[in-house]
Amino acid sequence: MSKKLTFAKAIEEAMKEEMRLDENVLLLGQDVRQGGSWGTSAGILDEFGEERIFPLGINENGFSGMVTGLAMTGKRPIVEFMFGDFMLLAMDAIVDQAAKYVYQSGPEFNIPAVFRLAGSGIGGTFGLHHAQAPDSWLMPFPGIKVVTPATPNDAKGLMKAAIRDNNPVVFIEYKTVYGKMGDIIDTEPIEIGKAKVVREGNDVTVVTYGPGYYKCLGAIEKLEKEGIDVELIDLRTIKPLDMDTIVESITKTGKLVTVEDCCKTACVGSEIAARIAENYIEYLDGPIIRIAGEDTSIPAGRQNETMVVPNENDVINGVKKLL
Amino acid sequence: MDYPIKIVASTEKVNFNREEYGKSISSEKLLELYRNMVRTMEFDNTIEDLLLKGHDITQHNTRGQEATPIVATSFLTKDDYVMPYHRGWGWAIGKGMEPKRMLAELLNRTNGYNKGRAGAQLGDYELKVMGRPGIQAAHVPIAAGIGFTCKLNKESQVCLCMNGNGSSNAGNFYESLNLASTFKLPIVYIVENNLYEIFEPIEDTTPIKDIALRSVGAGMPGYIVDGNDTIMLHSVLKEAYDFARNGNGPILIESKTYRHKGHGNSDTLSYGGYRTKEEVDEWIKKDPILKLRNDLLILNVANEDELERITEDAKEEMREAAEFALSGDYPTKEQLITMNYVD
Repeated sequence: MSKKLTFAKAIEEAMKEEMRLDENVLLLGQDVRQGGSWGTSAGILDEFGEERIFPLGINENGFSGMVTGLAMTGKRPIVEFMFGDFMLLAMDAIVDQAAKYVYQSGPEFNIPAVFRLAGSGIGGTFGLHHAQAPDSWLMPFPGIKVVTPATPNDAKGLMKAAIRDNNPVVFIEYKTVYGKMGDIIDTEPIEIGKAKVVREGNDVTVVTYGPGYYKCLGAIEKLEKEGIDVELIDLRTIKPLDMDTIVESITKTGKLVTVEDCCKTACVGSEIAARIAENYIEYLDGPIIRIAGEDTSIPAGRQNETMVVPNENDVINGVKKLL
Repeated sequence: MDYPIKIVASTEKVNFNREEYGKSISSEKLLELYRNMVRTMEFDNTIEDLLLKGHDITQHNTRGQEATPIVATSFLTKDDYVMPYHRGWGWAIGKGMEPKRMLAELLNRTNGYNKGRAGAQLGDYELKVMGRPGIQAAHVPIAAGIGFTCKLNKESQVCLCMNGNGSSNAGNFYESLNLASTFKLPIVYIVENNLYEIFEPIEDTTPIKDIALRSVGAGMPGYIVDGNDTIMLHSVLKEAYDFARNGNGPILIESKTYRHKGHGNSDTLSYGGYRTKEEVDEWIKKDPILKLRNDLLILNVANEDELERITEDAKEEMREAAEFALSGDYPTKEQLITMNYVD
């Protein structure tokens, strides 16, 4: 029988299960000993102690390099960033160091590190430097995997897979998703790099991930009432991109909409659109629609920040453009 | 302050009985240090020779700075780690890497340590030489993580982290020292201060003369030592490793030294350009290999003929290494675009 958990609790459960299985799994991060900034490590210090759970201060690039060093010498560190935006401070350590050791070593080194971008996207009151969608920033760099789950079940299964992966994995957690409740069905890790067809449909393919997933669910329900049959794909991982699942879907629907919170320029949807346009344009009978964030800085305040990322209506309008 | 800077033996202030200490080091050890310094020098000469013959090879000449990395690595066991830096090759030769596979790597051939893809970023996981990043100072926090593993393993392992004075200006350097000192990690940080940051004199980039001062802000001991004096280096580093291995946390050693040659392939201004010829000539007189050679003769560790044979052997080894390296193939495109990930 499956049980229900929030997204945040699913991450906590995955980390605890993997820490019980392998003593080399460590958790480091700002406030993790106090339960974590987003409530994903409650009780973890009590269970695993000060030899496994380490506090970090304000030195993101430094501690990301340190995590890389731990990973290359046999440990399996998980590091929590308080906000996804703070990864920008650590881009060199993640995408230029951790990501390259496998390649530069021949490959001799494993880099089994998980960089958790906690508190990503809008959903606070902070704006500007605490509310950005970081996913597309990571798309160009070889050597890392980028996981972006939407449901508690996928969060748990993909976190377990990320911890067991021998490559650096960036795991993106959205503020607006932490509280989502869902059934935990899988007990084993979920393969990184596999999208999921959430709903089968014949009229339009909608591809999304993370917070976009919930906007699409709402939109699809309304579109269904109007007789529009959407096929919904949750990417779950944006690097590597599961193009096979997308291609299979558009051969049926001939129409493609992508939905995400990243700024529209060079967003995740841009890469999907380019790959489809380059190789599969004959399957399409209309333009590719990208529903993405405005090309703007994120303003402060809950009310203001919702104005610059897509909502349910934007998804509905995007789908209707193709019909 | 918890740890005042300790000037053990600087170029300005010498309070050290070197002859007495020299006698306390075994003849075998002294000869091994000398041999590895000469091998490093001949390795660099071979790179220069290959460059002059038109081969595509990166040069970060060690000449003049051999003593520090060779002495520093001589204290490491097979379980200890080296996080290298970009000045020269003493750390690799000192830890036991094979010149032939290093040259092959530097010539980007598949018979190199890392299948020709790493070049100057070469490393050897088996020997625990961790392959530096090509970004200056990016390696310093990684060394903190390696030191963290050493501490968690509880087997008195240490990590040696090599640096230049230039990289000590980077935020990464301070972040690493801060982390290592906070977690009391067994790391010996060495900064070779060769007075230049590529073409720039240290006073143009750095507001202090002694990099060891940077240990104070990180709450760890800092030592200053004459980096061209093998015997003094041995004495200071012995103390440093004892400190780190015994659970006291990290330590920072500044080694005052000088590079005789230019920074890299394109540096044609190192003699009489951004440095005066007089300054370079003064430092050449303080050559660490010459100094150790004299010590070995004075201490009766070896005679002229024996020392000459070490040089001849090193030359022969490097000739064969170059032959091996040049016999290697370049990787195929297929090999170069795969293996960004491991299973």
